[in-house]
Amino acid sequence: MTGGISKRIYRIQFALLSPDEIRKMSQVKVITADTYDDDGYPIERGLMDLHMGVIEPGLKCATCGGKVDECPGHFGNIELAMPVVHVGFIKEIKTLLDSTCKSCGRIKLTEDEINSYAERFSQYSFSSSDPEIIGLMSKKVTDEASTRMVCPHCGTQQIKIILDKPTTFREEGIKVTPKEIRERLERIPDEDLQFFGLNNEVARPEWMVLTVLPVPPINVRPSITLETGERSEDDLTHKLVDIIRISQRLRESRDNGSPQLIIEDLWDLLQFHVTTYFDNQTAGIPPARHRSGRALKTLVQRLKGKEGRFRSNLSGKRVNFSARTVISPEPFLSINEVGVPEKAARELTVPVTVNIFNIDHVRELVARGPEARDSFGKYLAGVNYIIRPDGRRIKLTAQNAEENAKRVEPGWIVERQLTEGDIVLFNRQPSLHRMSMMGHTVRILTGQTFRFNLAVCTPYNADFDGDEMNLHIVQKEEARAEARIIMKVQEQIMSPRFGGPIIGGIHDHITAMFLLTHGNPLYTEAQTVHMLSYIKVDHMPPAEIVDGKRYYRGRDIFSLILPDGLNLKFASKLCSSAKEKCEFEDDPLDKEVYIVNGVMTHGTIDEAAVGSFSGEIIDKIFRKYGSEEAGKFIDNMTRLGVGFLTGRGFSTGINDYDIPDSAIARIDEISLQAIERTEKLVEAYRAGQLQPAPGRSVEDTLEIEVLSTTGAVRDESGKIASAFLGLSNPSVIMARSGARAKMLNISEVAGMVGQQSVRGGRLNRGYYNRTLPHFKPDDIGATARGFVKSSYKQGLNPLEYFMHSIGGREGLVDIAVRTSRSGYMQRRLINAFEDLKVDESLRVQDTVGAVIQFKYGEDGVDPTRSEKGETVDVDYLAFDIENQKEVE
Amino acid sequence: MGKFNVLQHDLVPEHHVVPKKDEDKVLSEIGIARDLLPKISRSDPAIKALEEIHGPLESGTIIKIIRKSPTMGYSVYYRAISSEVFK
Ligand SMILES: [Mg+2]
Ligand SMILES: [Zn+2]
Ligand SMILES: [Zn+2]
Repeated sequence: MTGGISKRIYRIQFALLSPDEIRKMSQVKVITADTYDDDGYPIERGLMDLHMGVIEPGLKCATCGGKVDECPGHFGNIELAMPVVHVGFIKEIKTLLDSTCKSCGRIKLTEDEINSYAERFSQYSFSSSDPEIIGLMSKKVTDEASTRMVCPHCGTQQIKIILDKPTTFREEGIKVTPKEIRERLERIPDEDLQFFGLNNEVARPEWMVLTVLPVPPINVRPSITLETGERSEDDLTHKLVDIIRISQRLRESRDNGSPQLIIEDLWDLLQFHVTTYFDNQTAGIPPARHRSGRALKTLVQRLKGKEGRFRSNLSGKRVNFSARTVISPEPFLSINEVGVPEKAARELTVPVTVNIFNIDHVRELVARGPEARDSFGKYLAGVNYIIRPDGRRIKLTAQNAEENAKRVEPGWIVERQLTEGDIVLFNRQPSLHRMSMMGHTVRILTGQTFRFNLAVCTPYNADFDGDEMNLHIVQKEEARAEARIIMKVQEQIMSPRFGGPIIGGIHDHITAMFLLTHGNPLYTEAQTVHMLSYIKVDHMPPAEIVDGKRYYRGRDIFSLILPDGLNLKFASKLCSSAKEKCEFEDDPLDKEVYIVNGVMTHGTIDEAAVGSFSGEIIDKIFRKYGSEEAGKFIDNMTRLGVGFLTGRGFSTGINDYDIPDSAIARIDEISLQAIERTEKLVEAYRAGQLQPAPGRSVEDTLEIEVLSTTGAVRDESGKIASAFLGLSNPSVIMARSGARAKMLNISEVAGMVGQQSVRGGRLNRGYYNRTLPHFKPDDIGATARGFVKSSYKQGLNPLEYFMHSIGGREGLVDIAVRTSRSGYMQRRLINAFEDLKVDESLRVQDTVGAVIQFKYGEDGVDPTRSEKGETVDVDYLAFDIENQKEVE
Repeated sequence: MGKFNVLQHDLVPEHHVVPKKDEDKVLSEIGIARDLLPKISRSDPAIKALEEIHGPLESGTIIKIIRKSPTMGYSVYYRAISSEVFK
């Protein structure tokens, strides 16, 4: 597009459309409810009258003479047989009726009050003052006037008007017809209107009661022709048909002098149709429906909400050069790559401007045509379209490819298909942070899905249970440069949220690293070679000879993927996560990870070392060596993990939770003891012998005591079960290494599920004074209030199952409420911040140039580069420097 | 009980009135036109407290605010008194 609109908005004024104005802007008075005649030609003075514009090619507008894309459309009008109120102004009409006299129409204020308020209002003008302030003042005045029950001007006794939602007004139960309402509003003098915030130059209150209805141009409500040749009208047209029909019947009935009852019914019906024409979701009336039962989409529905004109069409844009499909994992891709199916790659193109340097290459591309493959049948990027300098697009086919290749000249643009190495943007909704859209380089793969490295699941919050993602092909050099330099996955490893890595190993990666390094096991040469075949290495780790055979240590294998010169010391997750004393705590070989000059000598690699959100090693590599090395480390670590597990094998199952019968019996015993103890507490409470804890009621004390009893028994059962579940147990390995689940989950499966709770307290709601009818009222014993003594493995009895479902639902409700609320909060924040900009001097400004912050964040620190929010980690720097010296 | 001076509260950052004669210097130092400065409501309790000391402050007066910062020690912020009262 060239040029664009050169007009600027000078002023916006809000006003009411007067009936005269509606008639004046109308090109045709619509009187028949029909649309087209038998020949399919618009009926004159019908809803599709040619005066209101044209939508069919070939016809000309009867008003302006324009053809389909020339005529802007013109309004028509419908004269309503009887007035009806406008739903959009119900509130205003109510205030107007409430605060004015029913007989003389004056605002119910004394002359003195009027004078004093008028002076206050005169300080503000409708064109320049804040409408909110005028609104507040008006609210105060009308509130005062509406409480007055005798008119100070004519002395008439007033009757309270009640709004029977949505559109009926009643005085002492008797209906006030729209006609009467209109007459009363007409009586309000111009001078009094300012107190209602109405500008009497452009708005009269009686215009809020409609006598004439504007009919929108046909362009606004085009009819569509179905494949069957049948015509289907727009929802608005349907609604207008209803309005005209009822209006006509009402007029006839009135003119024939039909009984009042029939007239009133028709009048109400007309009110219903006009109301739903404006808003088909008005509270208190059923929405008007299509023949198929679908609710009609009328004026308000067109604009409002997520699917409305504003959010869907004006602030939301659809784009070309994008693709969407299901995602699946591919551990052999780098974190910086994305696998694109061939089918998508053939459709997605990159524009290449031909110049003297690339012309030979481009000609070769063009000659390949749109379905190019090499001699092995492998995908090759072809060309879909060629754009000549005059803007003409030539569609390339296998037939015309050769010939077009010769015609290509510098200055032409060739739309080349996606090829390996192209940079693209990859996105998953909801896009809650900047890592939701990152730059990836393309790998063309067979299959139908997008694929990526599992370490990238975390920033996208993706899993593979059917998630879909979007891919955008960057079209300009500048954008490609930006995507490579700042959006590429490896550049996004550090999260601005907490100043640490958000991309790192997950699940199996962590399990594998844990097994590889915990206890520093020995691996045979064959095992080692298998593992190393998954990563790029040029030498073997140092070997240990046992019985003349070569063995390799797990930590030495891991050290191969560490950059040279890395010095690091930190506590592994293994011990820091143990609730009580960890069995490895005294052995520094297990507890503390020690890396000097890129060689790991002590410790266990687990979540704290390589996990997303916490990976200490990733964090330090990124800081010391930059994004490239950090990316490489994650690539190698994930591949080494896969290599390790494909050799060793790793699986979990219900038999992970087998514990001896004696342990089960012991857990049974202590749970029964807990129930008994609860019983005793309840007895003491009932006998009034329970001593309240300081600052608490007796009831609270009982609850706290019971909760601590049931809590203790769950912990105890967990301990009993865990005693038989050591680090050779796959589930325990996953929990202790941080790969998946917590020890708590294991004790729930093997030991006991324990007390269920809602909002931190025992279950107490449901039936009157009891949770289920199986219990006696006021039973506050353990089982009656949600104590589950079974384990998941044993299975829950029906009562326990029910209690567990109650507790589980709280979590679900929490999530549902949280996501919707945080989503809206996010939207408001984005809208508020979207055009703020940080300039070279780190100043934060809006589009006008007004300063928000003099220095970004008031300290100018980029949270992405900060050490978990702090500016420097002095301890680490000291450790690093110390060890560098030793090496020299 | 005597009226409490909000400026003495631990959680309220220091507010200082920039003297008229220094205003141009401050503006040129930070390189910003007066109307692009962040605003502060003239009904802000800090402004009321300052008016107790300096007498009525006209709109446009620049207020220098010194905040504590965990990373910087302290950070300086400027606001101009708005002609309007914020709600
Ligand atoms: Mg999913
Ligand atoms: Zn026209
Ligand atoms: Zn009166």
